[in-house]
Amino acid sequence: MPAEPAVPLLEVRGLSVEFKKRRVLEDVSFALQPGEIFGLLGPNGSGKSTTFHVLTGVLRPRAGEVRFEGQPVVPGARVLRRQLGVVFQAASVDINLTCRENLRLAARLHRVPGAEVEGRIRDLLALADLTDRADDRVKTLSGGMKRRLELARSLIHRPRLLILDEPTVGLDEVSFDRTWQRLAELRAREGTTLLLTTHRPEEAARCDRLALLDQGRIIAVDTPANLQARVSGDVVTLHGERPDELAEVVRERFAQEVRRLDDGISLVVERGHEWIPRLVEAFPSGRLTAVNMHRPSLADVFLKLTGHTLFDVSPPA
Amino acid sequence: MSLALRDDLATVRVLWWRDLLRFLRQPTRLVGALAQPVVFWLLIGGGMDSTFRYGAAPDVGYMQYFYPGIVVMMVLFASIFGTITVIEDRHAGFLQSVLVGPGSRAAVVVGKSLGVGSVGLVQAAAFLCLAPFAGFTYGQIDWLTLAVFLVTGALALSAFGFALAWLTDSSQAYHAVMSIVLLPGWVLSGAMFPPSDDHPVLQSLMRGNPMSYLVSGVRGALHPTGATTHHLAGSTAGDLAALVAFAVFSVGVSTYAIYRKR
Repeated sequence: MPAEPAVPLLEVRGLSVEFKKRRVLEDVSFALQPGEIFGLLGPNGSGKSTTFHVLTGVLRPRAGEVRFEGQPVVPGARVLRRQLGVVFQAASVDINLTCRENLRLAARLHRVPGAEVEGRIRDLLALADLTDRADDRVKTLSGGMKRRLELARSLIHRPRLLILDEPTVGLDEVSFDRTWQRLAELRAREGTTLLLTTHRPEEAARCDRLALLDQGRIIAVDTPANLQARVSGDVVTLHGERPDELAEVVRERFAQEVRRLDDGISLVVERGHEWIPRLVEAFPSGRLTAVNMHRPSLADVFLKLTGHTLFDVSPPA
Repeated sequence: MSLALRDDLATVRVLWWRDLLRFLRQPTRLVGALAQPVVFWLLIGGGMDSTFRYGAAPDVGYMQYFYPGIVVMMVLFASIFGTITVIEDRHAGFLQSVLVGPGSRAAVVVGKSLGVGSVGLVQAAAFLCLAPFAGFTYGQIDWLTLAVFLVTGALALSAFGFALAWLTDSSQAYHAVMSIVLLPGWVLSGAMFPPSDDHPVLQSLMRGNPMSYLVSGVRGALHPTGATTHHLAGSTAGDLAALVAFAVFSVGVSTYAIYRKR
């Protein structure tokens, strides 16, 4: 992480948003240092997208202050929008136009100097691995290609701050890795500051710092490593049918707190490798379909700090 | 020129060009957009031709009377179908990225209205090639006046459609407004039949309908010396003034809507 200078690139203080009389963001504050990758981690409905919409000017906050390079700005003000690149969860390119046409329109929208436009488009098509699809209509591209084009479009004007809403949702593991490789390259080459929302612990782990967001409030802001250090021990997961019954057996025999998953249960214990044989022997042969152990992930940290899971399905081991 | 104005002009240009580009990219859309009014004109015009008698000018057949109405219908339909896409586009489409871009929201209204309006004008221009078949001669048409009315009308209807799309924010609601306001509005614009003293209620509705002044102006420009020309507002300038007022109102409502409701 870069050394902390005195003035953050973006600072959000006391942001509150009400939607139909329901408080969806409450007193949210965080600051982004130039060049850092900052993640907002939380489950669906935690307020991540609301924060995203306030910063991009789509929603108006009830209260709060936003500063860009120390200067107060109205959220979504033109001066802020000029510096912003935005990657939406839903497509924001025109699927009836070609990749090149979409990038050209984005360049004109942001008034990229005419002499630089074609060069920038060439570079970004290369970054997005879309050089050979440049003149194909977007609707003929695969989902992953479209996501890459979205990223390229958001970078056409070399924004100081790139805001991404769930940038890797729906991507397979290979595309996920490639996306993060690109973001890291971008940060290294252009010094772009990144703010992203995510509910994926493996994505959050790649950020420099994270804000954990739960029910519209920030619960913790720290580096992933520091957050992970807040949960000691190992997470042991037992997979099998009828997870409620599995949970009951473990609670009765071992007096351990158990978390129920879709296809099993998990528990946090010290020296997990010693627990595994005891747990397996507590069940008849064939009752468990799989057993595994892992160091606590950010999903476990989130659960410990908020009492809520990041997702409804079981996390990857 | 200030930076803000340059941002706004860039936004207007991008939205304008994007709608035209999309239209040119879909040749089937062009064919469909032309075929439908031609079919309308031939079927309704042909069917009514033998029974319709225009008191002021008995030699004017329905094919000729109906022609300016079809031109306006093309502009209206283009504005409806061009702006209904705003509903989806603002939440999950190209418009999202424009709304978070450096331009103002007013520039979004103007750019989108110009884009949609231009598509309607291209279609109307193509249909105007058929004017001689309706009994109008190219040499007699007051092209300048025609262009002024069509451009103003296209902008007004597109901006009106934009306001509807933004405020309803639902395709179903937009369709409902289209069926109970926009389409009856076109029927009651003088496009299909002239206002008559025998039906004072209809006549007042027609007078209160901004689309009537567009139809009236287009009819006058197509047939400047013809007997069908009966300017609703008394003169070309009067019709144009009413239409400009409608355009200003539509752009105003759209701009208010886009700032007010996010």
